[in-house]
Order: sequence, then structure tokens, then C-alpha cells
Amino acid sequence: MATIIWTTIGAILTLSVYSFLYKDNPFYKFAEHLVVGISAGYYLVIYYFNFIQPNVVAPVFLLRIGNEAIGLGSSMWWLALIPGILGLLLYTRFFPKFGWVGRWSLGIYVGGYAGLGLSPIMQARVLNQIGANALPLTSITNVFLIVGLLGTLTYFFFSMKHKGVLGVLARVGIVFLMVGFGASFGYTVMSRVSLLIGRVSFLLHDWLHLI
Amino acid sequence: MRRQFPLALCFIAGLFMAVQYFIPHPTVQDMYERLLIWLQTLLAFAFLLGTVSLVRVHYHKIRHRADDRGYSLVTLLALCLMIGLGFFHSAHHAQGSPFDRMFQNVQVPIEATMFSLLAFYVASAAFRAFRARTLESTLLLVAACIVMLGRVPIGDMIHSSIPVATRWILEVPNLAAKRGIMIGVGLGMMATSLKIILGIERAWMGGGD
Repeated sequence: MATIIWTTIGAILTLSVYSFLYKDNPFYKFAEHLVVGISAGYYLVIYYFNFIQPNVVAPVFLLRIGNEAIGLGSSMWWLALIPGILGLLLYTRFFPKFGWVGRWSLGIYVGGYAGLGLSPIMQARVLNQIGANALPLTSITNVFLIVGLLGTLTYFFFSMKHKGVLGVLARVGIVFLMVGFGASFGYTVMSRVSLLIGRVSFLLHDWLHLI
Repeated sequence: MRRQFPLALCFIAGLFMAVQYFIPHPTVQDMYERLLIWLQTLLAFAFLLGTVSLVRVHYHKIRHRADDRGYSLVTLLALCLMIGLGFFHSAHHAQGSPFDRMFQNVQVPIEATMFSLLAFYVASAAFRAFRARTLESTLLLVAACIVMLGRVPIGDMIHSSIPVATRWILEVPNLAAKRGIMIGVGLGMMATSLKIILGIERAWMGGGD
């Protein structure tokens, strides 16, 4: 019985969202505002139990997570106060007089992630891509890949005017980019259609048992 | 203290995180793991901050009797319900718990349906935008049509070479273009990261003193 009720709720909400295809209406607005509240509450709970409780609350207040007791028993428990205090400093922005203090936390956060990303970005997005494209000119496919990459990079090279050889390469780059954008578009449309099929299947199979 | 100190913290945190990859000493790696936990915890506090802002916006609408205050009430009630189920219901994360049921039967269907709505809007936008006027737009149109047909059984029924052409488009010209874009984006991300660490890019500090 509970499953039927929950499936019906899901089906009604699905139809409410699809009602937007006709025009903006109260059913759609209800579903829209509902999902904002539900997802904010969901992620708040998940973030609290995954990050704040094990890293701040448990070490400071001696809580048990699973079978492991952590907290004041450890001589380094006070280190857990630091992310807690930095996190609370973010809330100073609600008090205009002290709002600037929140920049301390933001500075560590922004700088930390900027530094953390430097090497992996260089490795994954630059060196690995160049390495994967360093191919022997033994097949038409390899020639296409090399010329396509050079053309695309040339098109995004704005330090010189696209004239002569540079112009020709940039033109080749545009051709590859357009085919790539077309392929991405087609791929995206088909993934959305696949989601649509999933929702129609939910309505007709899981809810109404018609198929 | 208001601008220089946060910039110094940003520089120290950024420099440490960038160089720790090259110092495999246990002390440095221990500091790295601790700082990573701090950053993740800060993210959770930032999310809480966003939720507080959401509550303030909707509370303001209800208090000032805005026209759509009923919907704001829906948002706040849904938020309170999820927090209540998550914090005060035992085993909130267990499969089949009310918290999990709300996620699976309310959030998942609405989000999936909203994304599937894009199928209609993308198709109608394409119908209006795709005109084979130039070589570039023709290439885009032809590539999109071949990929769309090649991803469904009807493409193979029309001609057996359509799925083959789809695979070739995805694995050769598409890959070459994507690699070029990825290299450009990677270099841009690195340049931006360096600008942030060195204090050249300061937008994250906001305005004021």
C-alpha cells in the first residue's frame, strides 16, 4: 500500500512538471518550490552527517560514529575546532560590521582548491590530451585527429591575425568544431529523450501498469 | 587585516596544496589530509549558509505578504520536513526510511522530469535555429542528425552505415575538437588558479573594504 501511495505521489509530481508544456501554472510552481525545499533539506542533512558531524561535532563533543569512539580522548581534538570556527566565520556576512572576517575562511577555501587543482588539471586536461593525440601518421583517422586538434587550437589562438597558413588551419578548426558541436547536440538531445522515455515508462508501467 | 590577511591565507593555502604533490613526507601528507578535511567541512558550512539565505528570502516573502507567498510556504515546509526526517528520525539514511522515500519519490521524479522537459525545448529551439545557410551550420545540422539517428534502432533500419558514421563522428572529429577545447579550458583553469593564488584575481573577496 505504501509503495502505491509513494508511486502515485511521484506520478502526480511528474504530471505537474509536464503541465509546464502547456504554460506556467500553479501545479508546476508547486512542484518547483517543493523540489527546492526538499533538495535543500536533503543536502543539508547529507553534508552535516558526512562532513560536519565526523570532522567537527564528534571530535569536540566525544561522539561515537559506528563502533569507533572519537573525541576528547585524542590529544589533538582541538584541531577539529579550526574548521568549525572557520565555518562559523562565514556567517559573519549577516552582520555588515563584521562581514569582512568571513574572507579569512573564503581565502583558505578558494586558495586551497585553486592550489589543489593545479597539478591534476595540468596532468588530465593538458598533458594527457596532448599525449593521447601524439599519434603516428599511419592512418587517415590519426591524420584527422592531429589536424583537427591543431586546427581547433589555432582557432582559439588570438595573439595573431588568422591569415595565411594560420587562417587555413583556423578554418579547418571551425569545421571540426562544428561537427563536434553537432555531435554534442545530438548526443544531448538523445539523452534527454532517454530521460523522457524513462518518465513515460514510470507513468505507464510503474504507476498505471498499462505496459 | 581586511584585505591583505585573507589574500595571505589564500596564498599560503594555495601554495601548500600545489606543492604537497611533490613532497611525499608523512608530515606534509598528514597536513594535506587535514587541510583537505577542513576544506570539505568549509564546503558543508557554506551549504548551510546557502540554506540560511534561502530561508531568509522565503521568510521575507511570507512576512511581507508577497503574491506568491503560498509557494514560499511550500518550500519552507518541505525544507523543515526533510530536516526533521533527517535529524530526528533514527536510521535516516537507511533504504526505505521516510527520508530516503522523500528523496526517491519526490526529488528524483521532479528532477528527472525537469531534465526530460528539455527534450521538447531543445527540439523546438533546433527547429528554429538550424538553417543550412552556410557550410558550418550545414555541418552542425548533418552531424547532429546522424548522431541522433545512429543512437536509436531506427537509424540502423534506415541504413546500416548510419551507426558506423555516428561512431566515426564521435570518435574522430568530435574527439579532436573536444581535445582542443579541453586543452584550452585546462590552460585557462591553470591561469585562473595561479591568478587567485598570487592575489591578482580578487573577485572572491567581494566589494567593500
